[in-house]
Amino acid sequence: MAKKVPQINASSMADISFLLLIFFLVTTSMDVNQGLARRLPAPIPPDQKIEDTDINKRNLMVVKINSANQLMVQGQLTDIKQLRKQVKEFVLNVDDNAYMPKLFEEDFGEPIGVQKYTKEHVISVQNDVDTQYQAYLDVQNELVAAYNELRDECARKYFHKGYNELEEDQQKQIQKLYPQKISEAEPKNYGGN
Amino acid sequence: MAKIRRNEKREMPALNTSSLPDIIFMLLFFFMSVTSMKEVTYKVQFQNPQATELTKLEKKSLVRYIYVGTPTAEFRKQYGAETRIQLDDAFAEKSDIGEYIINERSSMKEQDQGLMTVSIKADKETRMGIIADIKQELRRAYALKISYAATQRTSY
Repeated sequence: MAKKVPQINASSMADISFLLLIFFLVTTSMDVNQGLARRLPAPIPPDQKIEDTDINKRNLMVVKINSANQLMVQGQLTDIKQLRKQVKEFVLNVDDNAYMPKLFEEDFGEPIGVQKYTKEHVISVQNDVDTQYQAYLDVQNELVAAYNELRDECARKYFHKGYNELEEDQQKQIQKLYPQKISEAEPKNYGGN
Repeated sequence: MAKIRRNEKREMPALNTSSLPDIIFMLLFFFMSVTSMKEVTYKVQFQNPQATELTKLEKKSLVRYIYVGTPTAEFRKQYGAETRIQLDDAFAEKSDIGEYIINERSSMKEQDQGLMTVSIKADKETRMGIIADIKQELRRAYALKISYAATQRTSY
Protein backbone atom coordinates (compact mmCIF):
# COMPACT_ATOMS: atom_id res chain seq x y z
CA MET A 1 0.00 0.00 0.00
CA ALA A 2 1.33 3.40 -1.01
CA LYS A 3 2.15 5.75 1.76
CA LYS A 4 0.01 8.83 1.87
CA VAL A 5 1.94 12.02 1.39
CA PRO A 6 0.78 14.66 3.84
CA GLN A 7 -0.75 17.62 2.06
CA ILE A 8 1.25 20.82 2.08
CA ASN A 9 -0.55 23.76 3.46
CA ALA A 10 -0.81 26.12 0.50
CA SER A 11 -3.05 28.73 2.01
CA SER A 12 -0.23 31.28 2.21
CA MET A 13 0.46 30.88 -1.50
CA ALA A 14 -2.29 33.35 -2.26
CA ASP A 15 -0.73 35.90 0.05
CA ILE A 16 2.65 35.49 -1.55
CA SER A 17 1.29 35.94 -5.04
CA PHE A 18 -0.74 38.93 -3.90
CA LEU A 19 2.44 40.46 -2.59
CA LEU A 20 4.17 39.91 -5.93
CA LEU A 21 1.21 41.34 -7.79
CA ILE A 22 1.17 44.48 -5.70
CA PHE A 23 4.91 44.88 -6.08
CA PHE A 24 4.60 44.80 -9.86
CA LEU A 25 1.64 47.15 -9.85
CA VAL A 26 3.68 49.70 -7.93
CA THR A 27 6.94 49.48 -9.83
CA THR A 28 5.63 49.37 -13.37
CA SER A 29 3.83 51.91 -15.42
CA MET A 30 1.10 51.33 -17.91
CA ASP A 31 2.03 53.92 -20.50
CA VAL A 32 3.57 52.61 -23.67
CA ASN A 33 6.56 54.41 -25.02
CA GLN A 34 5.62 55.87 -28.31
CA GLY A 35 6.75 58.86 -30.22
CA LEU A 36 7.42 60.52 -33.50
CA ALA A 37 10.43 58.79 -34.99
CA ARG A 38 12.85 61.02 -36.87
CA ARG A 39 16.37 60.76 -38.16
CA LEU A 40 18.92 63.47 -37.61
CA PRO A 41 21.40 64.38 -40.33
CA ALA A 42 24.99 63.30 -39.80
CA PRO A 43 27.19 65.93 -38.18
CA ILE A 44 29.21 68.29 -40.31
CA PRO A 45 32.93 67.65 -39.89
CA PRO A 46 34.56 70.60 -38.11
CA ASP A 47 36.99 71.29 -40.94
CA GLN A 48 34.17 71.68 -43.41
CA LYS A 49 32.52 75.01 -43.76
CA ILE A 50 28.78 75.25 -43.64
CA GLU A 51 27.80 76.13 -47.13
CA ASP A 52 24.37 76.65 -48.45
CA THR A 53 23.80 73.77 -50.75
CA ASP A 54 22.42 75.02 -53.96
CA ILE A 55 18.88 73.78 -54.13
CA ASN A 56 16.80 74.93 -56.99
CA LYS A 57 14.25 77.30 -55.58
CA ARG A 58 11.31 75.45 -57.05
CA ASN A 59 12.36 72.27 -55.25
CA LEU A 60 12.35 73.88 -51.86
CA MET A 61 9.44 74.33 -49.52
CA VAL A 62 10.25 76.50 -46.56
CA VAL A 63 8.22 76.10 -43.39
CA LYS A 64 9.05 78.61 -40.71
CA ILE A 65 7.69 78.74 -37.18
CA ASN A 66 8.19 81.93 -35.22
CA SER A 67 8.34 82.55 -31.50
CA ALA A 68 4.58 83.08 -31.33
CA ASN A 69 4.09 79.63 -32.88
CA GLN A 70 2.81 81.11 -36.12
CA LEU A 71 3.46 79.25 -39.30
CA MET A 72 4.82 80.60 -42.54
CA VAL A 73 4.83 78.35 -45.57
CA GLN A 74 6.49 79.61 -48.74
CA GLY A 75 6.35 83.14 -47.41
CA GLN A 76 2.70 83.09 -46.45
CA LEU A 77 1.05 82.90 -43.07
CA THR A 78 -0.67 79.54 -42.92
CA ASP A 79 -2.80 77.59 -40.53
CA ILE A 80 -1.44 74.27 -39.31
CA LYS A 81 -4.53 72.52 -40.63
CA GLN A 82 -3.66 73.55 -44.18
CA LEU A 83 -0.11 72.30 -43.98
CA ARG A 84 -0.74 68.66 -44.74
CA LYS A 85 -2.68 69.46 -47.90
CA GLN A 86 -0.03 71.89 -49.07
CA VAL A 87 2.78 69.42 -48.51
CA LYS A 88 0.95 66.74 -50.43
CA GLU A 89 0.34 69.07 -53.35
CA PHE A 90 3.97 70.11 -53.25
CA VAL A 91 5.34 66.57 -53.23
CA LEU A 92 2.99 65.37 -55.95
CA ASN A 93 3.06 68.38 -58.26
CA VAL A 94 0.35 66.83 -60.38
CA ASP A 95 0.14 69.43 -63.13
CA ASP A 96 3.85 70.21 -63.44
CA ASN A 97 3.55 73.67 -61.95
CA ALA A 98 6.65 75.77 -62.56
CA TYR A 99 6.68 76.86 -58.91
CA MET A 100 6.66 73.31 -57.62
CA PRO A 101 9.42 70.69 -57.73
CA LYS A 102 10.76 69.38 -60.98
CA LEU A 103 9.34 66.07 -62.15
CA PHE A 104 11.53 63.14 -63.07
CA GLU A 105 10.43 59.98 -64.79
CA GLU A 106 11.62 56.65 -63.51
CA ASP A 107 10.69 52.99 -63.52
CA PHE A 108 9.70 51.80 -60.06
CA GLY A 109 9.22 48.16 -60.95
CA GLU A 110 6.01 46.16 -61.01
CA PRO A 111 3.23 47.04 -60.40
CA ILE A 112 3.91 50.75 -60.14
CA GLY A 113 5.69 51.03 -63.48
CA VAL A 114 7.05 54.23 -64.96
CA GLN A 115 5.98 57.21 -62.91
CA LYS A 116 6.72 60.88 -62.67
CA TYR A 117 7.94 61.96 -59.28
CA THR A 118 9.57 64.90 -57.57
CA LYS A 119 12.96 63.44 -56.95
CA GLU A 120 14.70 66.49 -55.60
CA HIS A 121 12.07 68.15 -53.47
CA VAL A 122 13.11 69.26 -50.01
CA ILE A 123 10.97 70.52 -47.17
CA SER A 124 12.92 72.77 -44.91
CA VAL A 125 11.73 73.38 -41.37
CA GLN A 126 13.11 76.40 -39.58
CA ASN A 127 12.15 77.41 -36.10
CA ASP A 128 12.93 80.12 -33.64
CA VAL A 129 14.64 79.48 -30.30
CA ASP A 130 11.47 80.53 -28.56
CA THR A 131 9.14 78.30 -30.51
CA GLN A 132 7.13 76.00 -28.31
CA TYR A 133 7.99 72.32 -28.49
CA GLN A 134 4.36 71.42 -29.10
CA ALA A 135 4.15 73.75 -32.11
CA TYR A 136 7.33 72.33 -33.55
CA LEU A 137 6.09 68.80 -33.06
CA ASP A 138 2.76 69.68 -34.65
CA VAL A 139 4.59 70.76 -37.79
CA GLN A 140 6.80 67.66 -37.82
CA ASN A 141 3.72 65.56 -37.26
CA GLU A 142 1.85 67.12 -40.18
CA LEU A 143 4.83 66.61 -42.48
CA VAL A 144 5.16 62.96 -41.53
CA ALA A 145 1.39 62.59 -41.83
CA ALA A 146 1.46 64.01 -45.35
CA TYR A 147 4.08 61.48 -46.42
CA ASN A 148 2.26 58.65 -44.68
CA GLU A 149 -0.95 59.55 -46.45
CA LEU A 150 0.75 59.70 -49.84
CA ARG A 151 2.39 56.34 -49.29
CA ASP A 152 -0.80 54.79 -48.07
CA GLU A 153 -2.76 56.07 -51.05
CA CYS A 154 -0.12 54.69 -53.37
CA ALA A 155 -0.15 51.33 -51.60
CA ARG A 156 -3.92 51.09 -51.91
CA LYS A 157 -3.80 52.03 -55.57
CA TYR A 158 -1.17 49.54 -56.66
CA PHE A 159 -1.19 46.80 -54.05
CA HIS A 160 -4.79 47.12 -52.80
CA LYS A 161 -3.53 47.05 -49.25
CA GLY A 162 -2.54 49.54 -46.61
CA TYR A 163 1.09 50.64 -46.56
CA ASN A 164 1.68 48.99 -43.20
CA GLU A 165 0.51 45.61 -44.46
CA LEU A 166 2.95 45.51 -47.38
CA GLU A 167 6.08 43.43 -47.65
CA GLU A 168 9.35 45.18 -46.98
CA ASP A 169 10.47 45.39 -50.60
CA GLN A 170 7.07 46.70 -51.64
CA GLN A 171 7.41 49.41 -49.01
CA LYS A 172 10.84 50.21 -50.40
CA GLN A 173 9.33 50.73 -53.85
CA ILE A 174 6.88 53.24 -52.46
CA GLN A 175 9.53 54.91 -50.35
CA LYS A 176 11.51 55.48 -53.51
CA LEU A 177 8.49 57.08 -55.12
CA TYR A 178 7.87 59.33 -52.11
CA PRO A 179 11.21 59.85 -50.43
CA GLN A 180 10.86 61.61 -47.09
CA LYS A 181 12.97 64.70 -47.37
CA ILE A 182 12.55 66.89 -44.36
CA SER A 183 15.54 69.04 -43.72
CA GLU A 184 16.12 70.94 -40.56
CA ALA A 185 18.22 74.02 -40.78
CA GLU A 186 21.27 74.50 -38.65
CA PRO A 187 19.89 76.37 -35.64
CA LYS A 188 19.99 80.11 -36.07
CA ASN A 189 18.43 82.89 -34.14
CA TYR A 190 15.69 84.36 -36.23
CA GLY A 191 14.19 87.69 -35.40
CA GLY A 192 10.93 88.32 -33.69
CA ASN A 193 11.41 87.70 -30.03
CA MET B 1 -38.72 8.86 9.19
CA ALA B 2 -37.32 12.32 9.12
CA LYS B 3 -35.46 13.42 12.12
CA ILE B 4 -35.38 17.07 12.96
CA ARG B 5 -32.18 18.12 14.50
CA ARG B 6 -32.39 21.48 16.07
CA ASN B 7 -29.82 21.69 18.67
CA GLU B 8 -26.86 20.43 16.74
CA LYS B 9 -24.54 23.24 15.66
CA ARG B 10 -24.19 23.48 11.91
CA GLU B 11 -20.69 24.42 10.82
CA MET B 12 -19.92 26.37 7.70
CA PRO B 13 -17.87 24.17 5.34
CA ALA B 14 -14.39 25.56 4.69
CA LEU B 15 -14.17 27.41 1.40
CA ASN B 16 -11.78 25.78 -1.00
CA THR B 17 -9.23 28.47 -1.80
CA SER B 18 -6.68 26.28 -3.50
CA SER B 19 -7.27 27.96 -6.87
CA LEU B 20 -6.84 31.45 -5.48
CA PRO B 21 -3.05 31.52 -6.01
CA ASP B 22 -3.57 30.49 -9.62
CA ILE B 23 -5.97 33.34 -10.20
CA ILE B 24 -3.64 35.84 -8.61
CA PHE B 25 -0.70 34.52 -10.60
CA MET B 26 -2.73 34.95 -13.76
CA LEU B 27 -3.37 38.57 -12.82
CA LEU B 28 0.29 39.00 -12.00
CA PHE B 29 1.42 37.69 -15.37
CA PHE B 30 -1.13 39.85 -17.12
CA PHE B 31 0.22 42.96 -15.43
CA MET B 32 3.80 41.93 -16.01
CA SER B 33 3.22 41.62 -19.72
CA VAL B 34 1.23 44.81 -20.31
CA THR B 35 3.22 47.19 -18.16
CA SER B 36 6.78 48.30 -18.28
CA MET B 37 9.26 49.02 -15.53
CA LYS B 38 9.63 52.64 -14.60
CA GLU B 39 12.89 53.76 -16.13
CA VAL B 40 13.95 56.28 -13.54
CA THR B 41 12.54 58.49 -10.87
CA TYR B 42 11.67 61.76 -12.47
CA LYS B 43 13.39 64.84 -11.20
CA VAL B 44 11.84 67.01 -13.83
CA GLN B 45 8.17 67.21 -14.54
CA PHE B 46 6.89 67.14 -18.06
CA GLN B 47 3.72 66.66 -19.97
CA ASN B 48 4.17 64.93 -23.28
CA PRO B 49 3.08 66.82 -26.37
CA GLN B 50 0.44 65.34 -28.62
CA ALA B 51 0.79 63.95 -32.10
CA THR B 52 -0.92 61.49 -34.40
CA GLU B 53 1.77 59.78 -36.46
CA LEU B 54 3.25 57.77 -33.64
CA THR B 55 5.37 54.70 -33.76
CA LYS B 56 5.97 52.44 -30.83
CA LEU B 57 9.49 52.10 -29.54
CA GLU B 58 10.51 48.52 -30.05
CA LYS B 59 13.19 46.82 -27.99
CA LYS B 60 13.47 48.68 -24.74
CA SER B 61 17.11 47.75 -24.28
CA LEU B 62 18.06 49.87 -27.27
CA VAL B 63 16.31 53.00 -26.12
CA ARG B 64 17.88 55.73 -24.01
CA TYR B 65 15.89 58.63 -22.64
CA ILE B 66 16.55 62.31 -22.25
CA TYR B 67 14.08 64.13 -20.03
CA VAL B 68 13.52 67.83 -20.41
CA GLY B 69 11.32 69.87 -18.13
CA THR B 70 11.16 72.06 -15.08
CA PRO B 71 12.45 70.55 -11.81
CA THR B 72 9.82 68.98 -9.59
CA ALA B 73 8.70 70.82 -6.46
CA GLU B 74 11.25 69.23 -4.15
CA PHE B 75 14.17 70.23 -6.36
CA ARG B 76 12.91 73.67 -7.26
CA LYS B 77 14.61 75.34 -4.32
CA GLN B 78 17.95 73.94 -5.31
CA TYR B 79 17.78 74.14 -9.08
CA GLY B 80 15.28 76.89 -9.80
CA ALA B 81 12.32 76.75 -12.13
CA GLU B 82 14.27 76.91 -15.38
CA THR B 83 13.96 74.06 -17.85
CA ARG B 84 16.55 71.40 -17.08
CA ILE B 85 17.79 68.18 -18.62
CA GLN B 86 17.75 64.88 -16.78
CA LEU B 87 19.87 61.92 -17.82
CA ASP B 88 19.28 58.67 -15.96
CA ASP B 89 18.77 59.69 -12.34
CA ALA B 90 20.48 63.04 -12.23
CA PHE B 91 20.29 66.53 -13.61
CA ALA B 92 22.73 67.16 -16.41
CA GLU B 93 24.08 69.89 -18.61
CA LYS B 94 23.88 69.96 -22.38
CA SER B 95 27.58 69.19 -22.58
CA ASP B 96 27.06 65.93 -20.65
CA ILE B 97 24.84 64.44 -23.32
CA GLY B 98 27.61 63.49 -25.72
CA GLU B 99 29.55 61.63 -23.07
CA TYR B 100 26.41 59.92 -21.79
CA ILE B 101 25.48 58.68 -25.26
CA ILE B 102 28.97 57.39 -25.94
CA ASN B 103 29.10 55.59 -22.59
CA GLU B 104 25.69 54.04 -23.09
CA ARG B 105 26.54 52.96 -26.60
CA SER B 106 29.75 51.27 -25.59
CA SER B 107 27.85 49.26 -22.99
CA MET B 108 25.66 47.78 -25.69
CA LYS B 109 26.38 44.76 -27.79
CA GLU B 110 28.34 45.63 -30.86
CA GLN B 111 25.67 44.60 -33.35
CA ASP B 112 23.10 46.70 -31.48
CA GLN B 113 25.11 49.89 -31.34
CA GLY B 114 23.86 51.19 -34.64
CA LEU B 115 20.27 50.61 -33.61
CA MET B 116 20.33 52.78 -30.53
CA THR B 117 17.38 55.13 -30.33
CA VAL B 118 17.25 58.22 -28.19
CA SER B 119 13.84 59.20 -26.98
CA ILE B 120 13.45 62.85 -26.10
CA LYS B 121 10.82 63.25 -23.44
CA ALA B 122 10.24 66.93 -23.21
CA ASP B 123 7.49 69.05 -21.81
CA LYS B 124 5.20 70.52 -24.43
CA GLU B 125 5.83 74.04 -23.16
CA THR B 126 9.59 73.74 -23.63
CA ARG B 127 11.22 76.32 -25.84
CA MET B 128 12.89 74.97 -28.94
CA GLY B 129 16.26 76.49 -28.08
CA ILE B 130 17.13 73.75 -25.60
CA ILE B 131 15.73 71.02 -27.86
CA ALA B 132 17.83 72.29 -30.75
CA ASP B 133 20.91 72.21 -28.51
CA ILE B 134 20.16 68.63 -27.51
CA LYS B 135 19.71 67.67 -31.13
CA GLN B 136 23.06 69.21 -32.01
CA GLU B 137 24.72 67.27 -29.18
CA LEU B 138 23.11 64.05 -30.36
CA ARG B 139 24.27 64.68 -33.89
CA ARG B 140 27.79 65.21 -32.69
CA ALA B 141 27.63 61.93 -30.76
CA TYR B 142 26.26 60.18 -33.84
CA ALA B 143 23.02 59.23 -32.13
CA LEU B 144 20.94 59.95 -35.19
CA LYS B 145 17.91 57.79 -34.52
CA ILE B 146 15.67 59.82 -32.29
CA SER B 147 12.07 59.77 -31.24
CA TYR B 148 10.08 62.65 -29.86
CA ALA B 149 7.98 61.07 -27.15
CA ALA B 150 4.34 62.04 -27.53
CA THR B 151 0.89 60.84 -26.69
CA GLN B 152 -1.87 60.09 -29.15
CA ARG B 153 -3.91 63.13 -30.04
CA THR B 154 -7.59 62.51 -29.68
CA SER B 155 -8.95 65.79 -30.95
CA TYR B 156 -7.64 68.88 -32.59
